[in-house]
Amino acid sequence: MSEQRLHGYLLEFADVEDLLEAARHVVGIGYRDVEAFTPFPVHELEDVLPPCSNPIAFWVLVGGLLGGLLGYGIQYYSAVIDYPYLVGGKPMHAWPAFIPVTFELTVLFGAFGAFLASIFANGLPQLHHPIFAAEDFDLASRDRFFLLIEACDKLFDAQRTRTQLENVKASQLHSVDLEES
Amino acid sequence: MKKSTERARHQGDVFESIGRKLAAMTSGGSRRGWLLMFAFFALLSLIFLYTIMLVFTVGVGMLGINIPVAWGFPIINVVWWIGIGHAGTLISAILLLLRQGWRAPISRFAEAMTLFAAGIAGMMPIIHLGRPWFFYWLVPYPATMGVWPQWRSPLVWDFFAIATYITVSLLFWYLGLVPDLGSMRDRAKTKLGRRIYGVFALGWRGAASHWRRYQTAYLLIAGLATPLVVSVHSVIALDFAVTLVPGYHSQVFPPYFVAGALFSGFAMVLTLTIPMRRIFRLYDLITSDHLEVMAKIMLAAGLVVIYGYVIEYFLIWYDGDEYHIYLAFNRMFGPYAPYFWGMMFINVLLTQSLWFPKVRRSAGILFAVAVVLNVGMWLERYVIVIISTNRDFLPSSWNTSFGTWVDWSMLLGSLGLFFALFLLFIRAVPAISIFEEKELEYEHEHEESGRS
Repeated sequence: MSEQRLHGYLLEFADVEDLLEAARHVVGIGYRDVEAFTPFPVHELEDVLPPCSNPIAFWVLVGGLLGGLLGYGIQYYSAVIDYPYLVGGKPMHAWPAFIPVTFELTVLFGAFGAFLASIFANGLPQLHHPIFAAEDFDLASRDRFFLLIEACDKLFDAQRTRTQLENVKASQLHSVDLEES
Repeated sequence: MKKSTERARHQGDVFESIGRKLAAMTSGGSRRGWLLMFAFFALLSLIFLYTIMLVFTVGVGMLGINIPVAWGFPIINVVWWIGIGHAGTLISAILLLLRQGWRAPISRFAEAMTLFAAGIAGMMPIIHLGRPWFFYWLVPYPATMGVWPQWRSPLVWDFFAIATYITVSLLFWYLGLVPDLGSMRDRAKTKLGRRIYGVFALGWRGAASHWRRYQTAYLLIAGLATPLVVSVHSVIALDFAVTLVPGYHSQVFPPYFVAGALFSGFAMVLTLTIPMRRIFRLYDLITSDHLEVMAKIMLAAGLVVIYGYVIEYFLIWYDGDEYHIYLAFNRMFGPYAPYFWGMMFINVLLTQSLWFPKVRRSAGILFAVAVVLNVGMWLERYVIVIISTNRDFLPSSWNTSFGTWVDWSMLLGSLGLFFALFLLFIRAVPAISIFEEKELEYEHEHEESGRS
């Protein structure tokens, strides 16, 4: 019963090097659902933690293409098909004049792609999360570093994992509970 | 073992002190001083509001424009304000791509400066419209009249460029803020503060996978913003260059406008940085090295601007067109000669003072130079916009228009609005990126320990 209510174990560190060492250790044991929390991006973690999906670039491409096609398309449709009129003897399909708007909309939609993808791929906005209830977690945005081993991991066992983690050099070990619904 | 604990304590202390100091900026400084400054600039922004109301209710006749000087102060102000904004994007996007670590302490408020400057710039063309309530005709929408925007016109490009610029700047600025808003949420002392920051932080937890996606997105938006910033001022330059008016019709305009934008933009960044550094005692974060680098960029951009002047007058001489030659004469000795010589004195001569390390490294002198250079760049736009049209091809249509009190008050009011918004920004969110400063500190320490 108590196992089901557990979200995972949270290790607290005062130092980046200790966090990296512990992450290496835990991933070495075979845990996969491991996540670190740091007040600033720590690039070394990318090599240590299991790889995560990063679909941002794809959505920027989608956004950019969509914006460019939309920008050019609306100019072509309105100036050539829907309401053609002659200005200064220039051709109806004056493509060089269509470039600035096409470019601006490519950038606009590409930027929206990056912005929205980074938020939604991270599962945000999510104002409520079990980890916020963990002791000391408000320091994750200040000067502490955390490592979470989630209870959904295949290797996770409330007793065994706890014993394993007690061997890790960390300043503290917290258990994170799922809230009762 | 003991060494690592010591290191940890030291590291934690450094991170915490950075965070505390930067977060405290929202409530730090003198409360009374802030209120006084805010009251002053808020009053000025009321003047802005009042002049807009006058122009909207009475008409553009309140402004000093008439045929042939149909483009007046609002157009000068668009070019000037949006140019100021460009330095913010240069600092936050281009210097990020170039991995210039020194940008970290100035990027956040330079971006805010971009946002406010671009917003004010965006209002100016609407104020300039005879019927401002129809400005949305620039938007392609299936109108009942069946007409569409005229895509071959730079004015339509301009609308898209400025609208995109404001939107992308806002996205970039907000995305950069999210982790710091999370930090503010965790530090908030009141429940209300925690809720407000919490909502805007979107539930940021600082997870490693989140950081990774976040940084990819940030880098890609920076990559998109880099060509954007060049395109925006180029398109604005095309508003002039595509016409046939002597003084507007010039191929050198797009690059010359972009350089001018960076020049005036860095002047404004320094105008904001130096007082802020003093008020909040940020001497350890914004050192005189930072000031010097910015002054150097300003000098480089200024030299390109001077090159632009040289080319402009060289081409006038070289093509030998009598209207062009008269234009040069009119600028130098016509009714607006003081504006021209003022611009030359400031942008050409005063810029040379930046060659001296003493000027670049002394906050007081640099501040004075930067303020005057802002004026110089405003004069440059005055010279381009007004002194080109007042004496065109036909002497019978010559006319001299000077700015009215409404014009000058509007300019002053727009400055008030800009600084008032900036003061609100300093109070609402950390004006210097907390997480970037910590990252910088960590990397710095890392390098040092690697070396020893």
